[in-house]
Amino acid sequence: MENKLALRVDDLDNVATVFANEITAGMEIDVRDKKGNTDRIKVLADIPFGHKIAVTDIPAGSHIMKYGESIGEAECDIHRGDYVHVHNMKALRGRGDL
Amino acid sequence: MAYTFQGYRRTDGKIGARNLVAVIPSVICANDVGQAICRQVQGTIGYFHHQGCCQLPLDLKRVTDTLSNLGQSANVGAALIVSLGCEGTDHERIVEEIHATGKPVEIIRIQELGGTSRAIQAGIDAAQRMVQEISGLQRETADISELTMAIKCGASDTTSGMASNCVIGYVADKLVDLGATVIFGETTEFLGGEHILARRAVGGENGPVGQKIYRIVDEMEKRAMAIGEDMRGGQPTPGNIAGGLSSIEEKSLGAIVKSGHRPIQGVLEYCDRADGKKGLWIKDSPGREPEILTGMAATGAQVMMFSTGRGAPQGFPSMPVIKICGNPNTYERMQYDMDLNAGRIITGEKTIEEVGEEAFALLLEVLNGKMTKNEALGYYGSMDIFCLGPVI
Repeated sequence: MENKLALRVDDLDNVATVFANEITAGMEIDVRDKKGNTDRIKVLADIPFGHKIAVTDIPAGSHIMKYGESIGEAECDIHRGDYVHVHNMKALRGRGDL
Repeated sequence: MAYTFQGYRRTDGKIGARNLVAVIPSVICANDVGQAICRQVQGTIGYFHHQGCCQLPLDLKRVTDTLSNLGQSANVGAALIVSLGCEGTDHERIVEEIHATGKPVEIIRIQELGGTSRAIQAGIDAAQRMVQEISGLQRETADISELTMAIKCGASDTTSGMASNCVIGYVADKLVDLGATVIFGETTEFLGGEHILARRAVGGENGPVGQKIYRIVDEMEKRAMAIGEDMRGGQPTPGNIAGGLSSIEEKSLGAIVKSGHRPIQGVLEYCDRADGKKGLWIKDSPGREPEILTGMAATGAQVMMFSTGRGAPQGFPSMPVIKICGNPNTYERMQYDMDLNAGRIITGEKTIEEVGEEAFALLLEVLNGKMTKNEALGYYGSMDIFCLGPVI
């Protein structure tokens, strides 16, 4: 997989899932929606394969949206290009490692 | 645009995508006789389950209902019941109910016939007669709205929720819009996402359908709790988190997305048939393949679309199972098991909508008679019936 690609499956989503290896801060990644439109984003952190990148700024306390639904809440201000995972996202319905 | 497929019209008006003689053991103890009959007679399939005796009355009724519904399903053109004679299921009711649909049905009773070899001989003769009787039936045109498609995911990975499940969701929405029926299940997978499903229910979260969605998840959790296991705690697992899932609702949504976006019309119990029901429905069912595939075929689904990432190869005796593979590497490795490569979404070669249209086109071909990869391989022998109580 040579493309530096992330997928965003719903128009309401403010995160996309990275499908590329060795994505590191400073790189650019193409975020593609279900129709194939591409949005090139500058990556602000190292993001592993299968993990999430913010595609918009997400203020603290607002919903993290994936599949058009809330999957949790931003614990701090998250910027476009940031890595989004358990370190900056609060699960509203429980999390297995806590 | 109108879509049609070529199917087998049954006397009761249903339309089948296959034309099979079903060999139906009414109890596990009749399986070996049934298998001998199937080995000998072309055009037969067998439902070789492991239930039917020494169970609580509620479960014996579930087994009887399920076997009867399988025999009544439209992909089955005729049925041979193989009874031992002393089992707990109501084998005579299975015969009566299948007979009422107008299709040929016969029963052999192993104890009454004088044992295994005589039962096998009688069963081969009966199955051969029925195969000859139905094998000349011609396909005729049916509207896509006569289709009931079941959906499921299994052997999932990171790609499932982003590629193959989204493709199935696309097909599900398209079918619902065309007036067809789509059924999804795997109540276990709703954990953490039940509020989202309930909001999609006709009548909203607080209506009867929304409340029933909450109830089936609660009942499933209580069944686990009754033997001391908490299913919600520990979700998502540390492995899920390492893979990128941040919350239980994200995990649940990744599975739910295969149901598309249309309103949920209602919840079917495991033994309910979908006769006359249109739109998107839930079937209360476990996630494990043998039991959910049986439940879906018994509900009347003529076909299943199945999403996988790591590669689940199995099908079902009478219901073609179309494997949509979200992981491009798995597709390459297992292309003789996987029917469609949705991994091209992950690599950026195709969009969800493009692969969704390919999946829809493949669905029509399979309904018309094209064998899925598991059908061509004969990889459909394992099935079972979902029971609730202990074996006694």
